[in-house]
Amino acid sequence: MASIALSSVTKAYGTHKVIRGVDLEIANGEFVVFVGPSGCGKSTLLRIVAGLVPASGGQVLIDGEDVTDVPASKRGVAFVFQSYALYPHMSVERNIGFALETLRIGKEAIRSKVDTVARMLKVDHLLARRPRELSGGQRQRVAIGRALVREPEIFLFDEPLSNLDSDLRMEMRIEIARLHETLKTTMVYVTHDQAEAMTLADRIVVLNQGSIEQVGTPLELYQAPANRFVAGFIGSPRMNFGTVPVGTETGAFVLPAGLVADAAASGDRQPVSIGVRPEALSIVAADAGRMSGILERVEDLGHEHFAYIRLSDESIWVVRVAGRPPTERRNQPVGLSFADADIFVFDAEGKRIEHRAAGPTPVTDAGEGRLVHER
Amino acid sequence: MSAKLARREHRTAWLFLAPLVLVMLMVAVWPLGRTFFFSFTDAYLDDPTVYGMVGFANFIEVIEDPTWWNAVRNTLTFAFISVAIETLLGLGIALLLNEAIPGRGLLRAAILVPWAIPVVVATKIWEWMLNDQFGVFNRILISLGVIDHGIAWTASSSLIMGVVIFVDVWMTTPFMVLLILAGLQTIPGEMMEAAEVDGIPAWKRFWSITLPLLKPAIGVAVLFRALDAIRMFDLAYVLAASNQNVMTVSIYAHDRLVSFQELGVGSAASTWVFLLVALVAIILIGALRLDRSAGN
Repeated sequence: MASIALSSVTKAYGTHKVIRGVDLEIANGEFVVFVGPSGCGKSTLLRIVAGLVPASGGQVLIDGEDVTDVPASKRGVAFVFQSYALYPHMSVERNIGFALETLRIGKEAIRSKVDTVARMLKVDHLLARRPRELSGGQRQRVAIGRALVREPEIFLFDEPLSNLDSDLRMEMRIEIARLHETLKTTMVYVTHDQAEAMTLADRIVVLNQGSIEQVGTPLELYQAPANRFVAGFIGSPRMNFGTVPVGTETGAFVLPAGLVADAAASGDRQPVSIGVRPEALSIVAADAGRMSGILERVEDLGHEHFAYIRLSDESIWVVRVAGRPPTERRNQPVGLSFADADIFVFDAEGKRIEHRAAGPTPVTDAGEGRLVHER
Repeated sequence: MSAKLARREHRTAWLFLAPLVLVMLMVAVWPLGRTFFFSFTDAYLDDPTVYGMVGFANFIEVIEDPTWWNAVRNTLTFAFISVAIETLLGLGIALLLNEAIPGRGLLRAAILVPWAIPVVVATKIWEWMLNDQFGVFNRILISLGVIDHGIAWTASSSLIMGVVIFVDVWMTTPFMVLLILAGLQTIPGEMMEAAEVDGIPAWKRFWSITLPLLKPAIGVAVLFRALDAIRMFDLAYVLAASNQNVMTVSIYAHDRLVSFQELGVGSAASTWVFLLVALVAIILIGALRLDRSAGN
């Protein structure tokens, strides 16, 4: 059983800062996922936890014990790599059991442990094979088995499913979730795939340019993103954004009166932009919505459809239409309607401003406040 | 692909190969064939056009000559010891250079210097450095108090083989380092990291992961060096000419053919050298399983 704590961890290569002061507490048995765009430092942070990359500053604590200067081999963590990193010259059996060979527990004990793990991961029929004779999914199972057999206190996964095709990825995702439920071990998982992050995580850590943007449960991040970055990063297709120019000239967005309660009170936190998720939008007649544009294109995925609507400022908003495909004709003006509760309001720094209508329960309201895009 | 297209591609391939085939015929097959032919004759070098066929007499003469067997013994001793030392040193240096140590780029370039110097030049330099009266080597040893008078390294019959091996190690270890380093760099870093996280001690990482994965690279390097060492001529010849203590099979063949003008016997000796090299190559390729390890 192990908890992890990071305190003002930094990492720099020369003058290039990769991690800019990260504080994070991971509870015992928790499943935490690091997400972020490529180059945000999520893999580096995981490697710092593992001890594969030394931190430039700050502390790494495992179970309250400072392990910042403890080498990777002594931290008692297991690491699963995107490239699997299996030993090509060893059989699957030896790959899984290799770490046990130094423990002097005897060949029989090793074999029985390897057998248990192999059965658990359904690779028991492959034990005699070499890694190159396995499929990608089987290789990843072996790599997980190699980590599992040591019964580590902490599992670290670095994009373990990124080399698999989408069917297999979903299968392995469920497998990993099941594994966490059975073992109840602390797991830290790095991915750029938000479906993996949302489905696996107890808590998600969103990283951007070496700093934490927000930490929260998947639903918290989706419903109450702390800022524009998180709002745009979580959710697929991504949130639609529009600017709110101060003033009331034509084409400017006027928030519903009183929506942002303290807008007037705190002068430096004026609403600057808004965001609405594609699934919160619906297509209505051109003059019936809160804003309008030209329907440019519809992508049919069968169970859902994405409509791309060009607004008068040339930005394109996406509408997710579930069920039947939209009947509106292409290159014709359409209107967009959405509830006040679905509007996310951001200030000049991109921080989200709470407003009175916000909350998980949608409020149907088509009153004042329109983003006018007239042609 | 249609049969016609396949035929055309075939023709193009041969066209590209033709110049190489021609050159090989001229520089390898023709001289080798001539040597082979002359080894069955009693020709002399002053007039090779006058000869009679003598069957296997030349081959028998060579293997009945104790000097030949002395040369074989020298050659094998030299090849075995020098290649063994070069492999171990090469592996060690390559492992060091593969680590992220400061100044690695400079070291990598510097280590190639001995290999870039022509053998004759390097041998002459070492001969002078090892000179019993004026050599810097003896000078250092005397000033350190290890010895009280200069040792004739290259003149002493018991030391000269050691000197030849030493100079060869100095010259060709860089080649080993280069080949083994190339092999080291094909081992994925994540694999070593995986072993590290799994708590595998460094010696076991080396013994069970690095070394097995490095085997093909080391095998190729050993094969190259061994074949080179068995036909070694220049180093021993420049250092000691026809000194019996370091006479290699190549020097023996050269002596018979050029010095004694015996074209027939010299050719037979050369053919024996060829067969010896071929035998060692076959044994090494078999022992190291170089033909199969490529796929592993």
